[in-house]
Amino acid sequence: MNDSRHLGQLTAGEVAAVGGMDLPETAAGRLREMGFLTGASVRMVRRAPLGCPIEFEVGGARLALRQADAAQIFVQ
Amino acid sequence: MASDRTFALVGNPNTGKTTLFNALTGLRQKVANYPGVTVEKKIGTGRDRHGAEFTVIDLPGAYSLDAKSPDEEVTRAVLRGERPDTPQPDAVICLVDAVNLERHFYLTTQVMELGLPVIVVINKTDEAEERGITIAAKRLEERLGVSVVPMQANERVGMEALQVALSASDLAQPQWTAVEDGDPATRYTAIETLLDGTVARSEEDRQTPSDKWDRVLVHPIFGWVVLLSIVGGLFFTLFSLAGYPMDLIDGTFGWLGEQVEARMAEGDLRALITEGIIGGVGGVVIFLPQILILFFFIGLMENTGYLARVSFMMDRLMSGVGLNGKAFVPVLSSYACAIPGIMATRTMESARDRLITTLIAPITSCSARLPVYVMLIALMLPVGTAGQKALVMIGLYVLSILGVYTFAWVFNRTLEKSEKTLMVLELPSYQRPSWREITLQMYERGKIFLRRAGTVILGLSIVLWAMTTYPKSDSEDGSEQLAYSAAGRLGKTIEPVIEPLGYDWKMGIGLVASFAAREVFVSTMSIIYLGEEAEEDSVRDRMAEETRADGKPAYDVRTCLSLLVFYVFAMQCLSTVAVTRRETNSWRWAILQVVYLTGFAYLAALATYQIGGFFLS
Repeated sequence: MNDSRHLGQLTAGEVAAVGGMDLPETAAGRLREMGFLTGASVRMVRRAPLGCPIEFEVGGARLALRQADAAQIFVQ
Repeated sequence: MASDRTFALVGNPNTGKTTLFNALTGLRQKVANYPGVTVEKKIGTGRDRHGAEFTVIDLPGAYSLDAKSPDEEVTRAVLRGERPDTPQPDAVICLVDAVNLERHFYLTTQVMELGLPVIVVINKTDEAEERGITIAAKRLEERLGVSVVPMQANERVGMEALQVALSASDLAQPQWTAVEDGDPATRYTAIETLLDGTVARSEEDRQTPSDKWDRVLVHPIFGWVVLLSIVGGLFFTLFSLAGYPMDLIDGTFGWLGEQVEARMAEGDLRALITEGIIGGVGGVVIFLPQILILFFFIGLMENTGYLARVSFMMDRLMSGVGLNGKAFVPVLSSYACAIPGIMATRTMESARDRLITTLIAPITSCSARLPVYVMLIALMLPVGTAGQKALVMIGLYVLSILGVYTFAWVFNRTLEKSEKTLMVLELPSYQRPSWREITLQMYERGKIFLRRAGTVILGLSIVLWAMTTYPKSDSEDGSEQLAYSAAGRLGKTIEPVIEPLGYDWKMGIGLVASFAAREVFVSTMSIIYLGEEAEEDSVRDRMAEETRADGKPAYDVRTCLSLLVFYVFAMQCLSTVAVTRRETNSWRWAILQVVYLTGFAYLAALATYQIGGFFLS
């Protein structure tokens, strides 16, 4: 029950299940539409050469999020 | 028989929508804007198997119909028949990505709830196969009761089957129960049920071919090497290879002018045609090779999927001043010409980011500044080595980069903040480039450039011609005539204003003339000092001899530096003003752009000249 761990802390190759999000509703809605649903499995693929953004794999798609946004998406 | 049907093409971004649209319509397409918004409206026509014509509306890419961007807003409104400028489509072609069926059905199921007949096209089946994903399209077809067509749009595989589906005399409505709940999770559950048993995944090796490419292309070291090589190659092509077709165009328009001169009696009409019209149009067309090269590179990067990686790598460098990685290409393009740069901002979803990028684009040192820089640097360092001259040139580019960053930061601070926007960047799989598609895009962009810039420049070069021609003096000498003309008088009127910058009224004429287009400075100087168009070398020699009232050279280091700084920042390109006006849909931003850039250029040149006074005299 460590709810403070978030997507921005995953290391390359690590898989986690999406938990809550602390983002404005439009942003959270957009992420859910794109597959970041509660319980969905997300794999951290790699960081950009300068450390940010971070590439994730969600339901077969590759999506990059900024560190600041990823830090608002918690993992279960 | 079904005839004159209108299909809407709908899909997520990066699904191959444009490829399919091109395959269906070929060159029979029209690109315009939806009135009131800067969203591109693409409409084309094709023929079905019975020879009946149909219309295809290529709607902007969307992830869902709960509109979150201007693009999605348009897509939703057109599909619901809520836009008076666009007829509601008779049926919708929903394009989905085979690799990622669940997510793509998010939008598709929303479309299926609108009550319109639907055809589902599953694209990139080849890529899915490579990744061990097989889709039972027939089973899905039975479940939905509509045509489901597997395709590889880039190879035109499946076109025949799609044509059959499009030609059906009655198009079916999908069997689908609307998801009332607005929560995305509920919709995903419904999609899972729909797709259950239609998608088979072999427990795949997670290393996709794209991953192998990415290990090099976004590598912390090799990634930059590749990116720098591409940018270097782009600039080499832009500034050296483009010279050949540009000379050819220059020569052609020159020849055209001579032909008119040989066949018409001397007079105002002839001068209007040769100097105003042929000269003005030639001045725009000459940039066409660079525009085409630029869109070739952008098209190639976009088409292969590399462009998204460029944004991925550059985002960090742009986010500090409030831009995102997607602004990189528009800014880079602006170094050739701000017009395609501003046109390229359309790939950015956030209206605010688009606006900031548009506002700063003219600070990039576009190629039209080069002739001015070259002339002034040569005047400034008459005995300087090539190395010293190059150093000044590099300095001007550095100054422009600093300007881009500074003003992006300023606008990011001052422009009204929309709700904090999320940056989601999709990294599509790499694809072999489709040359046909890249060529088509170059053709479309070239056409838009000529039409937009051409009409404005043409009008303005006529105005400028008139300003330097009227009122007429009795003098035969070109420079006296220029002094007597409206432009000359304007130069004298503004002299007190530009004097603190180190300029006299003759330079003032140059500034006034190059308000329409910077490179006009060089030819205007030639008319001012020699009374006619002449070789650049002789103009430069004459300018070097020019003295002030006190006998000192007019073009000393201080004045040249001040002029150079002015040209780095000033908004002296009416085509850009016109494009900004078009792209932002308001005169407000276009005027703001002129005012802030020219105002800042004035202050910067003033500071340069005045501070320079302490060191150089």
